[in-house]
Amino acid sequence: MLQGHQTWVFANRPVIISTGTVGGPFEANGNIPKDFDILHDDMWLGQASFEKAQQTLMEEACQIALKKTSIEKEQVQFFMSGDLIYQITPTNFAAKTLGLPFFGLFNACATSMESLALAAMIINNKGANYILSGTASHNASAERQFRYPTEYGGQKPPTAQWTVTGAGCSLVAKQGTGPVITSATIGKVIDMGITDPFNMGAAMAPAAVDTIEKHLQDRNISPDYYDLIATGDLGHIGREISYDLLVDRGLSLDEERYVDCGLIIYREGQPVLAGASGSACSAVVTYGHLLNRMKAGELKRILIVATGALHSPMSIQQNDPIPCIAHAVSIEI
Amino acid sequence: MADKKKKNLPPDVQEYQTFQQQREVKRPVLKNCLKAFFVGGFICFIGQLISTFYMYFFHFTEQTAGNPTVATLIFITMLLTGFGVYDRIGQFAGAGSAVPVTGFGNAVISSAIEHRTEGFILGVGTNMLKLAGPVIVYGVFSAFVVALIKTILVQWGGL
Repeated sequence: MLQGHQTWVFANRPVIISTGTVGGPFEANGNIPKDFDILHDDMWLGQASFEKAQQTLMEEACQIALKKTSIEKEQVQFFMSGDLIYQITPTNFAAKTLGLPFFGLFNACATSMESLALAAMIINNKGANYILSGTASHNASAERQFRYPTEYGGQKPPTAQWTVTGAGCSLVAKQGTGPVITSATIGKVIDMGITDPFNMGAAMAPAAVDTIEKHLQDRNISPDYYDLIATGDLGHIGREISYDLLVDRGLSLDEERYVDCGLIIYREGQPVLAGASGSACSAVVTYGHLLNRMKAGELKRILIVATGALHSPMSIQQNDPIPCIAHAVSIEI
Repeated sequence: MADKKKKNLPPDVQEYQTFQQQREVKRPVLKNCLKAFFVGGFICFIGQLISTFYMYFFHFTEQTAGNPTVATLIFITMLLTGFGVYDRIGQFAGAGSAVPVTGFGNAVISSAIEHRTEGFILGVGTNMLKLAGPVIVYGVFSAFVVALIKTILVQWGGL
């Protein structure tokens, strides 16, 4: 229930009973290939366009999440998802294939935790028994919409990030075995006047800090409560900035327990500059890597703070700053 | 200009921008310039080889060898772009691979490849010059202005 100003605490303990994660060739070559259910070696996934490939990623992630359980698709009430591409069309088509009642969401890269928070809220209030929530992104489809053609030889600055090709999906249930969603904090849009779309880490860092601060205040806990606080896709620069901001605000955090999904997914040496980004980044790392670590007993309580940059190519060209948001969801076992 | 823009912002935003600028990883400008110098120079060296080749084997003169040389360079760029190599060279070399004619070729070809999925007319046709268009527009415009100045000086300036 509502606790404090912007946090929900879920008394009925909605459970993530299953997850599905899919990645592309670049992720297969990365740091956590074992945490993916499917890895593709072709960026196109045999489809006619990158957008269709992204749709396929989303569909596969949902299918795997269902396949791992005894739940039939017909038992699922809602599908909640979104992505980065024009009017979330790849997700809309995936929703058509799934044939489930559908909530289309957009909070850029924060969509992963937005959908998880809403799914948990609905289930907690007995609005559904099972909900599929997830998100997908594709490197080439995001590149071509937000930046330049994929084969264009423009030089990117060291602050640029690499969009993850992949999809992560979770099946949230009223009861069952698995990690429990205990609370969620819905963030505000924060705009700190950053206009450079190649420096999204610095743009999103204040949003992440604001949400973390509000979450801890609302729940009246200290950062030590969590074994791990993972931000979505801040990259090297954003992570460092947000860490310093948190310390400035008197939240002493153990540096090792403050990680970024955008720095977990790829290896050192991959040409990703400041780190990974994209809506699938926090989804695949959380639903794959982090939940696997929880199941292995390494982590008990984690807070995922998915960060999103809510700009469009048009707003950037019109010299508007990048509005940013972050949503936090706590998962405990 | 950046300072002027900054003055209109609220104080907490100004403070954050200073804060983040201290932590931002800067472009390694000197290193980038050196890389651009050598890669750009190497592309020009290849261009010179091709040009000499045409003059030596095909009876072109120094003036007329330019066109087939540019065409050959753009053809090579097309292959490198299509095989996904040119964007890697571009990330390494920056201006070194963007300023020569190969950079212009890459801008056109990459856009054409990218928009193939939307069809040949509205996809390739409309978007092919999406990146190279400004170069053409302002290239033609500046040529016009220069020609105008020259004409005025020659006609009425008595130069």
